[in-house]
Amino acid sequence: MQFFFEILIGGLLSGVMYSLVALGFVLIYKASGVFNFAQGAMVYFAALSVVGCMEKGAPLWLALILAFFIMLLFGMATEKFVLRKMVNQTPISLFMATIGLTFFVEGFAPLVWGHSVRGLDIGIVDEPIESVLDSLGIVVSRFDLVAALIAGLLVTGLALFFQYTRVGRALRAVADDHQAALSIGIPLERIWAIVWGVAGFVALVAGMLWGARNGVQFALTFTALKALPVLILGGFTSVPGAIVGGLIIGASEKLAEVYIPPVMQAMFGGNFGGIEGWFPYVLALLFLLVRPEGLFGEKHIDRV
Amino acid sequence: MFYREAGQFKTSYGADQQILPIRQDRIGMVVLLAVAFLGVPMFASEYWFSAILIPFLIFALAALGLNILTGYAGQLSLGSAAFMAVGAYAAYNFQLRIEGIPILVSFLLGGVVAAGVGILFGLPSLRIKGFYLAVATLAAQFFIVWCLTKFPWLSNNSSSGVISAQKIIIFGHEFNSPQDKYLLVLGIVVVLALAAKNLVRGNVGRSWMAVRDMDVAAEVIGFRIMRTKLTAFAVSSFYCGVAGALYAFCYLGSVEPDGFSLELSFKILFMIIIGGVGSILGSFVGAAFILLLPVLLDVLLPALSETLSLPVDGASISHIQTMIFGALIMFFLIVEPHGLARLWQIAKEKLRLWPFPH
Repeated sequence: MQFFFEILIGGLLSGVMYSLVALGFVLIYKASGVFNFAQGAMVYFAALSVVGCMEKGAPLWLALILAFFIMLLFGMATEKFVLRKMVNQTPISLFMATIGLTFFVEGFAPLVWGHSVRGLDIGIVDEPIESVLDSLGIVVSRFDLVAALIAGLLVTGLALFFQYTRVGRALRAVADDHQAALSIGIPLERIWAIVWGVAGFVALVAGMLWGARNGVQFALTFTALKALPVLILGGFTSVPGAIVGGLIIGASEKLAEVYIPPVMQAMFGGNFGGIEGWFPYVLALLFLLVRPEGLFGEKHIDRV
Repeated sequence: MFYREAGQFKTSYGADQQILPIRQDRIGMVVLLAVAFLGVPMFASEYWFSAILIPFLIFALAALGLNILTGYAGQLSLGSAAFMAVGAYAAYNFQLRIEGIPILVSFLLGGVVAAGVGILFGLPSLRIKGFYLAVATLAAQFFIVWCLTKFPWLSNNSSSGVISAQKIIIFGHEFNSPQDKYLLVLGIVVVLALAAKNLVRGNVGRSWMAVRDMDVAAEVIGFRIMRTKLTAFAVSSFYCGVAGALYAFCYLGSVEPDGFSLELSFKILFMIIIGGVGSILGSFVGAAFILLLPVLLDVLLPALSETLSLPVDGASISHIQTMIFGALIMFFLIVEPHGLARLWQIAKEKLRLWPFPH
């Protein structure tokens, strides 16, 4: 039982890391209807920028601020040079454009900052928390817990920002209806630029945590693939959906990885590890068959 | 002046409905086929066959398959490489396990098996749409590749699932040289492309397009959504499956499951975007573009860095290539969202008037 809880907690905490990436997707999709495949590449770019600035001699806090401005600029440039030129095209075209953007960033980021694998030290050690280990006998990583806390803070901050600031209100208006928002004088283009900036910020936080955990390397772009099932499970348009989806995916993925392969091995023989790659997708797919718009997504009504 | 249909009268329904209604187009097509079947084998070098022409035809076939699903039936799929893998592995297993089965039959059966798997993974499309479906097709991509790696029976117990394609022997003739393989692939692709063209012109294709344009409306006027969507998945996967079998047997010779990665799926997707979504011609143009672009950049970039005397190392060049690739895709989507096939159409319109202004 102890083992079960250990895996469950580990899964939930790593699920929070998936949520972080999924959050970036949700923000942009909500505000501009663009399914931004480049979010994973942005995570990579952000992490590389932090490491790159630190290599140039900047301390961590300065590197983070610099990276934040780089991501802000990048987001705004994307909005201005790519998406604004594609207004009125089908969502699929926009999606493809972000795949193009993914390739661009995957080439651009290492070109500027170098492509070698580097570590990122943000001052939190990845070791079990002793008090929990002593009292319950469960290994809980301190790093994961801190990461979860940061994610929680980020989500609360974003929720407050959306709820109580002027810009946040404008963002929600744009998300609801572009045309109506435009007609009451909300500057659509500026709002989109802000959204891309915020998504860049989320990517920076995700990149920092993932980078500190696994090293800053090209594999960071694959975080997008981890976030996609979270996204369809929680619904493309829902911030709480991204969090709950992340928790479900994280926990079930780790549990499945431990408990399913032995069963399959008993049935067929051979080695069946590595189901983490597809299990979240199949799980999300099964959820979709029951709720086609995800757990918290907006119900889509078709009119002829 | 030369490209006009003036004076070409149609006197029968058959003449009115043919694929190429203008005589100049028909002549052009005959010339093109003659060049492909006769001219190219005479002049092309071995490198051209095995590095450019054969992959071009195979990818064009796969792009054609994806175009049927995405361009004609409107179901975005990110799993085409997985269906290619199914085709390749199925064809391999038919060759391996059934004594004396003709190779062409096992190619076809490979396609049929891929179609079956396609129907299975197409089932969610009855309930989910758009991006949700696109992500769901990723389930197919990852699951199929994982299965091929983990079930040793599928790859005849070879380590990490690598298979080596058997020899291609048709009526006692062994297709060994690149030239032979090219002709074989060309023949299959031409037949299948013709079939696809006719399919999308006919009843099935129209129902696909009706569902693409608005599925609720299509359902109301009497199209059966389930049948339409699933036939689209089946036909699309069949094409991808055959392309996969050819990929293994005629192009690479030995393949592993990881070769059919998400990256390959994206490559095929890019082909239809750049070539033209919902266009048979576009699949070919797009495949040519995506295949030739890296070759071109390979040649151009080092030459460019040399003339400008910039010190650029190999890694940087590959990064710049990726960048240019991504930038070009965005550029095309902004400038010509209907793809290169649309440019060809515009050119034809202009040609009809040339050299007069009206």
